[in-house]
Amino acid sequence: MKLSEWRMLVEEQGCFEMVSRLLERIEKSKLNAYITVCREESLRKAKEYDKGELKGRLAGVPVAVKDNITTKGIRTTCASKMLSNYIPVFDAHVVERLKEEGAIIIGKTNMDEFGMGTTTETSYFGVVRNPYDLSRVAGGSSGGSAAVLAGDEAVLALGSDTGGSIRCPASFCGVFGLKPTYGLVSRYGLIPYANSLEQIGPMANSIDDLALLLEVISGKDERDSTNAGRKFEFREFKKFRIAVIKNMTAEEQIMDRFYDTLSGFEYKEIELPSLKYALAAYYIIAMSEASSNLARYDGVRYGHAVSELTSWGDYFSRVRAEGFGEEVKRRIMLGSYALSAGYYGKYYLKALKARTLIMEDFRRAFKDFDVLVSPTMPSLPFKIGELKDPLTMYKMDVNTVPVNVAGLPALSVPIGFIKGLPVGIQIIGNYFEESKILSFARMLVAE
Amino acid sequence: MVSVEDVYHVARLAKLAISEADAEKFRKEFEEILGYFNVLDEVSEEVRPTFHVLEIKNVFREDIPREGLNQDLALQNAPRKEEGYFVGPKVVE
Repeated sequence: MKLSEWRMLVEEQGCFEMVSRLLERIEKSKLNAYITVCREESLRKAKEYDKGELKGRLAGVPVAVKDNITTKGIRTTCASKMLSNYIPVFDAHVVERLKEEGAIIIGKTNMDEFGMGTTTETSYFGVVRNPYDLSRVAGGSSGGSAAVLAGDEAVLALGSDTGGSIRCPASFCGVFGLKPTYGLVSRYGLIPYANSLEQIGPMANSIDDLALLLEVISGKDERDSTNAGRKFEFREFKKFRIAVIKNMTAEEQIMDRFYDTLSGFEYKEIELPSLKYALAAYYIIAMSEASSNLARYDGVRYGHAVSELTSWGDYFSRVRAEGFGEEVKRRIMLGSYALSAGYYGKYYLKALKARTLIMEDFRRAFKDFDVLVSPTMPSLPFKIGELKDPLTMYKMDVNTVPVNVAGLPALSVPIGFIKGLPVGIQIIGNYFEESKILSFARMLVAE
Repeated sequence: MVSVEDVYHVARLAKLAISEADAEKFRKEFEEILGYFNVLDEVSEEVRPTFHVLEIKNVFREDIPREGLNQDLALQNAPRKEEGYFVGPKVVE
């Protein structure tokens, strides 16, 4: 449901009635898209709205928030056993902004554990199902946030994107999802996985909704020292120099649909040679940062604990063995390996050098073009359990990770269905040129 | 080549207790994944590394005192607490 449709229905039926119906729908849902539903608080806010006491640009609008974004007094789990009972004592910057604009936080959405996955299958709370085919995945890691939009269980949603975690599920569920330029949205209160790569971003059922949500959550916040201090304001563009990135590909049927979508436009085809390093560079950087970030989980200040307080080395090792799932352990260990004596130069430093090359390739491309396009995902949504080994799963991120490595903004736009399953196109823009991306997307959707 | 000893070594570094069966499974996977990472061998050593994508340096804020968490809130999620302190494992045997 689009925001305009929600507002019309609220006008007719009242916010309390509409939120009650939404909660009923969530209760009966088969998607497993929410980890926590904020029933009482949502109904209370809806009543406030009906009395005219809730004001703001998102007044009375149900927004779903990914469960790695900190919400004061509302359990925030990162879909991990480690944090399954964690109740934050403060709000993330983006959550403060939602509240200031009168939004209703309807619930916390399911995800891959700590954002580490492409299918939401690594969640401690079980897999999210694709609204278009319950036997298939919704994508990941923000699978819950995409599924609730496609399944009419929220009107807007927040996700986070470290290597495609907004765009992949947006593509698999047929919704819009934007990974903003690094630094546009404050990461204060985003439970970290890989700080130098990740951004919180908006997910929605229309371009207008996406732009509005980005306007609300972007802006200066001194609590995130990597915040660029910029506020996003949507500006319409009409003319674009378009390039297809030829070495970002997909299955044949997806490529056919991709070129069909572009058929009304003039475009050139280009190759970015250093993209061949992007996947390896991404995973090395992400795993290295994860191994450092997740060192904080020690079972002392918060999080999972084990019954016996033995020696510290033994205690921490057992807390972490029980609290983390397999994929999280895999990435922490590989990150520790990449950073360990003797391997730092071969892996971590090499990945940062590759990052320089990838950024240079993009910089050259944006001298001649305004937007770069590719298929978002190389394949249609997988069957649950279809991807068996980790490396095969990692390779599904090949089209989405380059922009995180470079810090660029990128959007996934739904371009219809193949065999009943959604397909997405990825639009990449230059730094802080979200308006160009969104304007071009609007033209694509109108075609 | 990755050995089972290598896996135990990084597990120790990462403070993760792992079983024998897990160690063998991870060994096989690590070999495959690290093998894939070798694509970076061809990147020249001469290239300057990029640690951070934005050219932001030395971000300071005004040094003004503000309210922090009080003791109750800070301890709210602690699995064990005593007289306003966190309780942790023994550091000295």
